This record gives sequence, structure tokens and C-alpha cells, in this order.
Amino acid sequence: MLKQIEGSQAMAEAIALCRPEVVCAYPITPQTHIVEGLGALVKSGRLKTCEYINVESEFAALSVAIGASAAGARAYTATASQGLLFMAEAVYNASGLGLPIVMTLGNRAIGAPINIWNDHSDAMSMRDSGWIQLFAETNQEAVDLHIQAFRLAERLSLPVMVCVDGFILTHAVERVDIPDQETVDAFLPPYEPVQVLDPKEPVSLGAMVGPEAFTEVRYLEHHKQMRALEIIPELSAEFKGIFGRESGGLVRSYRTEDAETIVVAMGSVVGTIKDVVDERRAQGDRIGVVSICSFRPFPQEQLREALAGASRVVVLEKALAVGMGGILAGQVQMALGGHGPKVYTLIAGLGGRPILKTSLSAFLDKVVADPHLDVHFLDLKHDVVERELERAAHLRRSGPTAENVLKQLGTVMSSPV
Amino acid sequence: MKPFAITLDVGSSLANHTGSWRTVKPVYVDRLPPCNHACPAGENIQAWLYRAEAGDYEAAWRELVKNNPMPAVMGRVCYHPCERACNRKGIDEAVGINSVERFLGDEALRRGWAFDKPATASGKKVLVVGSGPSGLSAAYHLASQGHKVTIFEAGLAAGGMMRFGIPKYRLPREVLDAEIQRILSLGIELRLNAKVTDIRETMTSGGFDAAFLAVGAHRARHAEIPAGDAAHVLDAVSVLRSMEGVEKPMLGRRVVVYGGGNTAIDVARTAKRLGASDAIIVYRRTREKMPAHDFEVEEALQEGVMIKWLSTITEADQSSITVEKMVLDDKGFPQPTGKFETIEADSLVLALGQEVDLSLLDNVPGLELENGTVRVDANMMTGYPGIFAGGDMVPSDRTVTIAVGHGKKAARNIDAWLHGVEFETKKAPLAEFERLNPWYYGDAPKTVRPMLDIIRRQSSFDEVQGGLDEGNALYEARRCLSCGNCFECDNCYGVCPDNAITKLGEGARFAIKYDYCKGCGICATECPCGAIDMVAEEI
Amino acid sequence: MNQIKFYQKGTFTVGNRLVAEEERTTQASPARSNSLTCGHRACQGCGEALGARYAVDAAMRAADGQLIAVNATGCLEVFTTPYPETSWQIPWMHSLFGNAPAVATGVAAAMRVKGRTEVRTIAQGGDGGTTDIGFGCLSGMFERNDDVLYICYDNQAYMNTGVQRSSATPPAARTATTPPVGDKPGNVFGTGKNVPLIAMAHNIPYVATASVADLRDLEAKVTKAMAIHGARYIQIFVPCPLGWGSVAHDTVRLARLGVESGLYPLFEAENGAVTSSTKIRRRVPVEDYLLLQRRFAHLFKKGKPVDDRVARLQAMADENIRRFNLLAPEE
Repeated sequence: MLKQIEGSQAMAEAIALCRPEVVCAYPITPQTHIVEGLGALVKSGRLKTCEYINVESEFAALSVAIGASAAGARAYTATASQGLLFMAEAVYNASGLGLPIVMTLGNRAIGAPINIWNDHSDAMSMRDSGWIQLFAETNQEAVDLHIQAFRLAERLSLPVMVCVDGFILTHAVERVDIPDQETVDAFLPPYEPVQVLDPKEPVSLGAMVGPEAFTEVRYLEHHKQMRALEIIPELSAEFKGIFGRESGGLVRSYRTEDAETIVVAMGSVVGTIKDVVDERRAQGDRIGVVSICSFRPFPQEQLREALAGASRVVVLEKALAVGMGGILAGQVQMALGGHGPKVYTLIAGLGGRPILKTSLSAFLDKVVADPHLDVHFLDLKHDVVERELERAAHLRRSGPTAENVLKQLGTVMSSPV
Repeated sequence: MKPFAITLDVGSSLANHTGSWRTVKPVYVDRLPPCNHACPAGENIQAWLYRAEAGDYEAAWRELVKNNPMPAVMGRVCYHPCERACNRKGIDEAVGINSVERFLGDEALRRGWAFDKPATASGKKVLVVGSGPSGLSAAYHLASQGHKVTIFEAGLAAGGMMRFGIPKYRLPREVLDAEIQRILSLGIELRLNAKVTDIRETMTSGGFDAAFLAVGAHRARHAEIPAGDAAHVLDAVSVLRSMEGVEKPMLGRRVVVYGGGNTAIDVARTAKRLGASDAIIVYRRTREKMPAHDFEVEEALQEGVMIKWLSTITEADQSSITVEKMVLDDKGFPQPTGKFETIEADSLVLALGQEVDLSLLDNVPGLELENGTVRVDANMMTGYPGIFAGGDMVPSDRTVTIAVGHGKKAARNIDAWLHGVEFETKKAPLAEFERLNPWYYGDAPKTVRPMLDIIRRQSSFDEVQGGLDEGNALYEARRCLSCGNCFECDNCYGVCPDNAITKLGEGARFAIKYDYCKGCGICATECPCGAIDMVAEEI
Repeated sequence: MNQIKFYQKGTFTVGNRLVAEEERTTQASPARSNSLTCGHRACQGCGEALGARYAVDAAMRAADGQLIAVNATGCLEVFTTPYPETSWQIPWMHSLFGNAPAVATGVAAAMRVKGRTEVRTIAQGGDGGTTDIGFGCLSGMFERNDDVLYICYDNQAYMNTGVQRSSATPPAARTATTPPVGDKPGNVFGTGKNVPLIAMAHNIPYVATASVADLRDLEAKVTKAMAIHGARYIQIFVPCPLGWGSVAHDTVRLARLGVESGLYPLFEAENGAVTSSTKIRRRVPVEDYLLLQRRFAHLFKKGKPVDDRVARLQAMADENIRRFNLLAPEE
């Protein structure tokens, strides 16, 4: 059913259609509206046979989900940013134990400085935690990915993180097609765990594993994710068959045939990039965009194929490996194996800074002009940075950078130093 | 499909034999409880209390009579050294072993429990001289072993000192008679009025293969006291013996008893019951030095018996005696003071000790005599092969229980001697209090046996001390700590952190799974009764 | 016959043939579940291994075998489940150090949502996992009144990592992070952190303390706890030979002395109020308890206290006795 609806509410409805049995809720912006929505659905009785648990922290949220999942319940929670870090230990634990929990990550920057707006720092921080990480481009895809995520998680007995851009998706009201219960049920059968805590057939779950078997455990986990590279496209295809629309998959290409330049990106920014591509195509630029939906497992082969004809690849990413540069760019480069097109790193949208079509287009012009370009920060305020560096160079007690920058920008009232 | 390594099948640690960590290992032991150790009759007290506390009184009684055939008598007259040795004193008070024994003895008489008849006859004949506690005990054990036993008794009735030395108010005669009869029912021949004057002659003429001599100390020891012709001076043995006859002794209203032993007390209390207004014991030392048992002194005093301490009798006349006051010197011996006192007295009873008539041994070669007794070896055999002796006849303290013990020991050695073998006995190490973990025993003070009211005590020969009822007896039996012997409390089974003990079921105790026992020793420390030893492993 | 109320040989022992079958402890039964069985790798004389079998077996009996246990990281987890062997015979799960109460909440929620109301959930951990790192999750579980019995095996320090101080470590105790050196040797005389009292402050239906030296009391408390739904907390005193510097065979003895000295009060509380305390049977001075442990050795020289710290510990014991009314009334 088509609805004009806030992304979070749409996701809440989609998650409810997946019949989660235990939902753990802890507020953190920008995912809060999702669990609020689910809470309302449970309270009102629309979502039945579901335990909705208000926990005391994100660490508890995922821990409750771990217990519930191990005991055979379909478990769900959501978090963002600091919350993800606070539950980091449990994030690794859930995947290590092979528990098919689905968690929404309302992508948000990580402090300090504290910042509630969108980027991908949080998701990137857990990229090696063993979770499958899927990025949604639109609210419709966010809805669809959750439905696929439960199926995928339970198929492999691995947890899945559905990454949705904070505010941009979570708080945006758009037209979304919310499927009906029968259709979802047809796609997503009841949870059948591969192992379960049950007095009928007791097991000890979560043993201590030493050097003699730890490598094998990790290898098997890796092997599962590699299998997901086959399963994700299958599910996407099956989903299309039932729901009638394209969602998920590993990578998606837009106007990349004959493209000299291909922009690679994840999440909602792909929509902006598509607009830029359309505009530049109209001006004769041979440009396209490849959207990565599955960041983990990372689809190296599919990406290599998608980028095969390009002579330059611009990786736009909303995270920064401080002291290194791009995270996604590095992985794209690895996928290309050091051959083929030149890869450019474009750090953009950190802490919620808008990614403007004009800025992006300007950068693309620049890339053509200067093929030796290094890591580039989109719309970086060079004057502010220079002034701060200059000030810090002369003053030992220079104070916190963030506040000084804000002072420069006039956002905070100046105070005597 | 369970995930590799992180999910495990339950109980799979059984493959890990942690017993290899051990340097010491627990071992179940049975130690000798102090009560058993102290019992002159060699009763396995812990074992029969173990049965009694479960309410199986017949089993308890049968365990008891393995060593002593007269529990009803014992439960009345034994001075219970077991209770003095009892470890429970370290917690509250000794277990009332004697009162439980009496309960079992009385219960057996009430229910008519009989001894098991011997399975086979040995074909050997054994002579027992004397039917006192020692003779009866020996006869019982010998008969149980299948020997043909004949008792020669000089007196008119069986029982020896139990009948002629112990007053009825302490040992009712129907109890004594019943226990004697039960022994005789094993097929023992009792010949009364049959004084043996020449033991070898009696053995030969009767065709006996061995003999056990158990003649009691029925002859009174006398002291030289200047006495007028009219003075009424008697000895305690005669007084007590005549209590068994038709004619009661004539003691008068004011009776003085001279001596400080239990017999002196018995006579004074008897005199009181015969109607004496004054019954006065004269003793030359102090109460602390008195050989009589304290509880008997106490009971006598309760009944109105008076005691003059630190006094010797220097002269006796028709209606009075003269007493000299004494003082104890620094070594504790009484010394005369030269101060005299006159006490009104119709009669003076001397209770100064007793001797055995050893004349039946006159013609036996190879004997060694000592202070009016005959020496025996560790097997209770005299210097003459085949002749054994016990009770008052041999150098020893003289109590009913010791006599019973002699009888048993002699019987076992006679049996061995008749079979041409040595009787061997092995004693386990003692179960000391230090080995116990008294925490596990609840607080439970001793049960006090009921006493007859004072008016009837002063006027009748009814039994002074009552017995326990079943509830009390059960309670008392359960006060037993079971020192050194497993009583299946399940502590070891419970406290093992390694689940390394198997409970084998009631009566079968426990087994240690040495594959898993790490040798921590908690089981031994927490065993209430000290029945587990920690033994070094050979590594 | 009927007046015989106490069994001199069986009143305080694990079992005893004289006691009616139904009055014997769970541990006395040949049919006990042995939830934690042989072959585990706990040290010799481990109080926690003992306490865990006591408690979980009692819970198993109360739940008629329908039990799931969650375990915090720590000795109990490590010595029971090193790959490829587990000593548990019940459905058991280990997730992390600090999240056992939350994981148990999840398990209980799963059972409830699936209608498996007969299956009960317990969580367990050491004092570090409970009073320190898991404290937030514990409080959350309490406050929501989740249907979980949490059992803390309190051996008063981080033993698994090599005896470091926890918030449950008593004053003056030597640990690897509170060495007996300097002018304030051992652990500080702090204000303490009494988690049973904190649990009571949540008004949860049941809170109790127990010790491995009083099995009947322990089992009665576990059984009572299992009869109640909602959040419940039992803290069990489990001596650690390694961490305390005591001999292996003294484990139960030390637990007993800890209780009998008044240093470890045993009590029960319902809905936020203390309802009973286990009376001291044979009171002992704190020295009797302290002198058996090397962690307190620096308090003494030739058996005599070196300063007023023993008296301060005695004062703590006395205060416990007063506060929890630990002495039986004089008869």
C-alpha cells in the first residue's frame, strides 16, 4: 500500500510485518522514531506476540536481542553512532555466536565533537565485526531491505545491519509502498534456528575457544559472508518476483554503460549523484554511478565488473579513516587490484554537511583537470582550517579545536581566551 | 547444525580426567569410636546406636548382644565408662548410651526377642564355674559358638554379685531373672548348690575340654575394731545377701556403715529402706576421695543417708560407736587428730572390701597368684592350659561390665584354644574429637531419666531410676555422633566441587570417582564424624 | 514420637537417612541433576564450582528441569566450557562479561513470547561481572522486574584474571591491585557496595544472600526464589582458595566462619524489606576467619593484630549482626 510516510515509521511498519518476537528499544537520534513506532504497534496490539523491552543502554539492547535470538526468537533492535560503539562488544559477540539478529543503524557521525547528523562513521567502525551491512538508498529500499535482512540473517545464521542515513532517510516523509502481511509472510517464513537454547535438547553455547580452533571459527564466519555474495542477489531477485520492484542486491549501476567516469557511493547520497550524472550526461559527460548496497560482504568481483570500462573512479564516502583517508575508496581500489581506472577519494557529508550537486559537479570537473588529485574533502573551509592551524602553531594552550572553529564561524559567542 | 567449536554437547567434560591433578586422595575409613574403646564389655556401641537411631530396635539389640547378652542389666548397673569417653561432651553432654541400652534391653524382654541358636555343635564341653556376670557372659558366648556348656554355681540362684551384691532398687530381680533365663535357653546346663572344690577333679569327672573360672568376691574383708560382746557388727556382703533370703537382716533404727565404696552406699540405702531412722556412713577421707560413684552418693544423700567424712571408727559398743576425726596430710592420706566423737548406733556394718575364695585352685599346678587373685595371660588363660579365669578372680577392677567383658574375651579365646588356633582381634585407630566437624551436629542436650519420687525411694525397694520411653530413647540414640564411622549424612557427596562422589544407596555408603577427584580434601574436612582420611598419592 | 523435631545427625548435614526424603537437600539426592558435572577445570576446592552446582541443581529441581542458564564471563564460564568440552548439562549460554542480566532478559522474553512459560531463566556471574561491569544491566533487569533469577557467586575479587580488586573486595584484603605494601596495605576501608541492599532498593520481589557452608539455607532460598516470578537476586558467598590464599579443604569452613563471624550476613528480603536473617549458631571473632587466609596475613604478626584494622573489621561484623539481627534471642 502506498503511503506518504516518514522513513522511520515506514521502517517500523516493515519491521512489524516481519513479525519480530523481541524488540529492544533504547533511544538515540536518529533511529529513535523507528523503535517508537514499533512500541506503538506493540502497545496498540497491532503487532502481536512481540515482547517490546525498554532497556537501559544500547549494550543491553543488543544483549537482550542476543539472549532472545539464542533462545529461538526473531530479535530486532536499532541504534546509531555512539550507541553502536557502546554496544560494540555485543556487536562482535552476536556475529561470533552466529545469531541472526537484524539491527537498523540510523547512520550518524561519531563524536567528539558530539554531532547528531548523518555520516557513515558508525557503520564503518563496525565493518569488521562480522555483521552483514546493507545500505539503503531510499526509504522504499530501507523498507525492503529490512524484509530481506531477516530472511538473509536467518538463512545464514548471521546478524544483519541495515544502514539507513540518519535524518535523510529516517526523518524524510516520502511516498513508500508498504507491503501487506501476506506478501511478507510469503517471502519470510517463521524463524527456524540452527541452534537454540532449549531444555529439550540442551547445548552449551558460547564456549571459550583457544588457538587450536579460533582460526577455523573465523574462517567459517568469513565463509558464510562469502556465501552471502551469492544469496543476496538471489533474495533480491526473489523479492522482485514477489514484490515487483528492484531492491537490495550487491551493487547497482546507473548509466555506467560507456562511462569514462564512475562515481561509487553508498546510501542516500546516490540519489543526489544520479541527479548530477543526469545533468552531466545532458552536457555530454560520459559519467555513471555505482551504488554499493552490500558493504559487507564486500562484492569485489561484481564491483570490478561494474567499473570495468571506466578510466576514472570517484569514491564518494561519508567517513574518514583519520590518518589514512578513504575507507570505501581503499576497498574499491583493492577490488580493482591496482589495475584499470584511477581511483579518487572524495570525503563528503561528514557530520551532516549537505552534499551539494554544485560542489560535486565542481569536483568532477577538477578531477578531469588534475589527474593527480589526492584525498579530497568536499567543501572544506580552507580559511578556517588555515587560521586554526596558524593559531595552534603559536599557542600551546590552544583549547579544543572544535570550539575554536565554531568561534571562528561565529556560531558560539566569543569568550576571553 | 551446531556451529563449530562455540557450541558444545552437554556433559562432554567427562572426557577430561581431572583426577590426574591429585597429590592426595580421600579414602573412607572406619575408626574406633571412644565409647567402644572404653566399653569393658567391648560393645560396638556406635553400631547399635546406628540401628537404634533408625528406629530398628531389634537390629540394634541384636548388634548389642553380639558382645553383651544382658543389656537390660547393663542399662541399670553399668557405670558406663563409654559416656565418660563420649566425644559429644565436647559439644554439649555425653550421649546417654546407658539409658538407650536399658531401653533396648527392656524392649527385648517385653517383646521376647531370643538369641539365635548356634548353627552347629562343636562337640566340645566347657565348664563354667560361677554364674555371675562373667560366668554367664562366657557361657553365652561359648554356647553361641556351639560348645556344650555347664555352669556350676555354689549358690541357690544364678546371678552372682548381680543378685547378692546389688540391691533390688537398682536391679529388679525380674529383669535379672529374665536375662539369665534367656542365656540359659541357649541350652546351657545350670547346676545350683554345686560348689567346685577341686577344679581339676570336676573337669576330669565331667569330661570337660576347658574351664572358665568366674568365682565372685563374696568374702568380706574385715578390720580389727575393738568391739564389746554386745556390739552388733555385721559385714556388708552378708547384709546384702540376706536381702535375697526370706529373713531380712536386723539392723535396728540407727545403722552405721563403715567404708566408702559403692557397697557402703548400697548398705546404707538398704538400711534406710528397711526402716532405719539414721543411716550413717563413716568414711575416713573426703568426698572427693571416695571410691563410690558420685551419682550414687548423691542419690543416697537425697534419700537421707548421712555421711561423716574424715572419720575412723575406733570402738564399737552395744548402742554406740566411737569415731576419731581425721585430717588429710599433704599427700592426701588421712591422719588421726586425737579428737573423738560418739555416735548412737544399733548396728555397725563393715563395708571394707571383698575377696575371692580361691580354694578350688589348690591342686592346680603352674598358677600364679597375686593379692588374692589368679593371674591370666592376654588370652585370659591361667598358667594351667585349658583353665581360663575372669571377673573378680583376676587382677582387675571389679564391675559387672568388666566381668562381662572378661567372659566374652575368655570365651573367644577358649573357642580358639579348642580349635588349636589363636584368637586375633584388630583394633582400628581411635576416632578422636579433633577429627570431627561438630558444626554439623545440632544442639541437643542429654535426656534425663526419670527418678522415683523420694518418699517411695525411702520406703520401698522399687527401682529408683526409670527408663526412657521410645521417643526419648530414639532422641538419645540420635545424639550419637557416630565418631569415625560413616553414617551416610551425604556431606561428602554434597560438598565435592567436582561432583566426584557416587552415592551408592542406603547402607552401601559412597564411592569416590578417582578419575575426577582433584584431592581438595573438602570431603574429609566436612565429614562430621571423621570417616575420611586424606592419603598421599604415590607419584 | 512426634515431638522429635530435630535430627541430631541430620539437622545441618547435606542429607541423612534419618530425615524424611522430602526434607533432604537436593544435593543429597542420587537423582540430582548435576547441572555442573565432572571434568571441569576449576581449581582444587573451588567454592564457586560448588556454589554453582548447589544453586543450579536447586533451581533445576524447582523448575522441574525446565531451565536455561546465562553466564557472565569469568571463572565459572572459563573452567566449565573450554572448547571442546563443557561441564554443563543444561542449556547454557555465555555472551559477555557485563551483559548476563540482559541476555537472560532476552531468553526470558523469548520463552514468554513463545508461550514456553514452564521454562525458567537464570543468569549467573562472579562478583566482578555482577557488582562492577554488569551492574548497569543488572539494575535494568531489576527495574523492569524481568522474570530472571540472577545468582552472583561472590568470591570478593576478579579471580579469573588473577585476583584483582572488585567493588566486592573487603577492606584490607590483599589483591593483585591492592598489594599489602605502604602505609595503607591491602584494600581501602571504603564505604562498600552492598549489591543485595541495592537490589532491595529496586523493590524486586526477592533478594537473598547465602553461603556454600549452609546448603539447606541456600537451597531453601533458591527454591523460594524460583517460586516467584519477576526479578530475583541471590548472592552466594563462595571462598576462593587461590585468591584468598587458603588451603583447598578449608573452602566450606571459611564460608562458615565468614557467616559465623558476622562478616557475611545471610538474609532474605521481599519487595524491598528484610524478612528474615539466618541466625549465627556459634559466633566466632573475625580473627578465626581472617587468620586462615593469606590475603589478610598482613593484618597479623605472630597471630596478633598489628594495628586497629582487625578491630575495624570486627566492628563491621558487629554492625552487621546488629543491623541484620543475626543473633538468636536468648532462651
